[in-house]
Amino acid sequence: MTQALPPEAEQDEVMEISMGPQHPSTHGVFRMDVRLDGERVLRLKPVFGYLHRNHEKIAEAASYLAEIPYTDRLDYLCSMTNNWGYALAVEKLAGLTVPERAEYIRVIVSELTRLQNHAGMVGFLLQDMGASGTPLMYAFREREKVLDLFESLSGARMMCNYMRFGGVRVDCSAEWLGQAAKVVGGFGGFLDEFEQLLTGNEILMARTQGVGVLPRELAINAGVTGPGLRASGVNYDLRKVDRYGVYERFQFRVPLGEHGDVFDRYMMRVLEMRESVKILEQALRDIPSGPFIDPKARLRGLRPKVGEAYARIESPKGELGFYLISDGSPNPYRYRVRPPSLINLTVLEDMCLGQNIADVVVILGSIDIVMGEVDR
Amino acid sequence: MLGEGIVKGLAETARNFVGSFIDKDRLVTVQYPEERLPVAEAARNFPFLIYDGVDQEEGLRCVACQICEKECPPRCIHIEKSKDKKPDFIGKQQFYPAVFDIDVSVCMSCQICVEVCPFDAIRMDNNFELSTDDRFAGLLWSKEKLAMPNEHYLAIHPTEAAEVEARRAEEKAEAEAKKASQPAAVAK
Repeated sequence: MTQALPPEAEQDEVMEISMGPQHPSTHGVFRMDVRLDGERVLRLKPVFGYLHRNHEKIAEAASYLAEIPYTDRLDYLCSMTNNWGYALAVEKLAGLTVPERAEYIRVIVSELTRLQNHAGMVGFLLQDMGASGTPLMYAFREREKVLDLFESLSGARMMCNYMRFGGVRVDCSAEWLGQAAKVVGGFGGFLDEFEQLLTGNEILMARTQGVGVLPRELAINAGVTGPGLRASGVNYDLRKVDRYGVYERFQFRVPLGEHGDVFDRYMMRVLEMRESVKILEQALRDIPSGPFIDPKARLRGLRPKVGEAYARIESPKGELGFYLISDGSPNPYRYRVRPPSLINLTVLEDMCLGQNIADVVVILGSIDIVMGEVDR
Repeated sequence: MLGEGIVKGLAETARNFVGSFIDKDRLVTVQYPEERLPVAEAARNFPFLIYDGVDQEEGLRCVACQICEKECPPRCIHIEKSKDKKPDFIGKQQFYPAVFDIDVSVCMSCQICVEVCPFDAIRMDNNFELSTDDRFAGLLWSKEKLAMPNEHYLAIHPTEAAEVEARRAEEKAEAEAKKASQPAAVAK
């Protein structure tokens, strides 16, 4: 969908700018080669790979267990969901079952991850718009409460390394569940406050409504997933479609957008946080007692049968998939990640064409990328 | 009315600003080096080696089995096994690590070495202030620097350490009972 350049006579008006990789609004080391006519974007070329860490190849030399802490570092804001996606793939491959309590704990920590990711994402989006500090700090204040929960459960705020094949690493205490219920109980109030601050704000509306429209067909064709897809009005949420884990037991709705612009993508995050709070309330109420890990699952020396497996989950950013091929050895023969951030990024140029350069920053912020996942 | 949303938002920030003077939940900033938050019990940052008793050479629990070295995802542990043996806590002759180095700059604090250790010899410390101006020798910790008394473990992870202590006491009692019954069998 690249537009033709203006005629030769106007070529000298065209300016090429390299935004990033050290640009403060590029969410890490992301670079965009932008061709501009005045302030209007004529062409945009994303350049990435600055944070490439050889993630997939390392996994092929490491044991299945040793890969879990590396998945923390994919999308380093959502280590719990990354762990889950990978654990699910290995469980499929090795044929392990997960006890019920572990499934509930997984849902709880994943929805908490969604809360803190979306809160942070909205904060950063507003930061990109020039609301320097205030919304981001409010979001981080709440995020910190979730991270404290993660720390007291798994030992680390962000690099949790919490899930194991067949369950989770440590059980959560009744005390922890009480603390989690308190954080979840207070989150609705924070969202009201947050929306009071932002949703009706005329500046926010002017900067986001009708900006960076992603048409429904394009979103589907490009393989966009997650809130970005649902903002364009496509009802596709893996928690409803795949019903992995115990998601079929919870009552929640999938918010859908109408216009597919930046404002819809912002609203999607806020509404999803409200739905996550609902899921969390139900999960914290219904969590059964029992073992937190499959007693048959061994920590070391996992050698799955020859075969392959693909498992996907709805991570806060979209469909996060892990593909594994086992040749019967202690390390995977092939390991591949389907990162939602990277695939959602492919439509960036289409959303940015014809927009102002200042909106490029906002559109990029609304995709919600983490370079750890894009480059891997 | 145009501007209503902005006014509402400003009222919200004003509520937060004024609230920060009276409400503890709204004043969340901690002036770090002077003020410190309590560290969570589960918090982990960098491994240490446990020794029992007072002498760290004597009491080091590590038997240089090198499982952690193999399992460590970023491979930051380097172990060299000793030539001779020394008795462990139940009196069994075991090897000990002649060299046990961990590279602080490579370690990613994942705790897998702790989980795989069958001898309860390596545990996570919660000390996070490990920066140094010497990036070579200062970041490669030898076993002398890694060794910590068991009391330290009991102090930082009390719940987990209590379980470990109970299990080890049981093992020791079992071994002693076995030892006590053995001479009788020989005499027979």
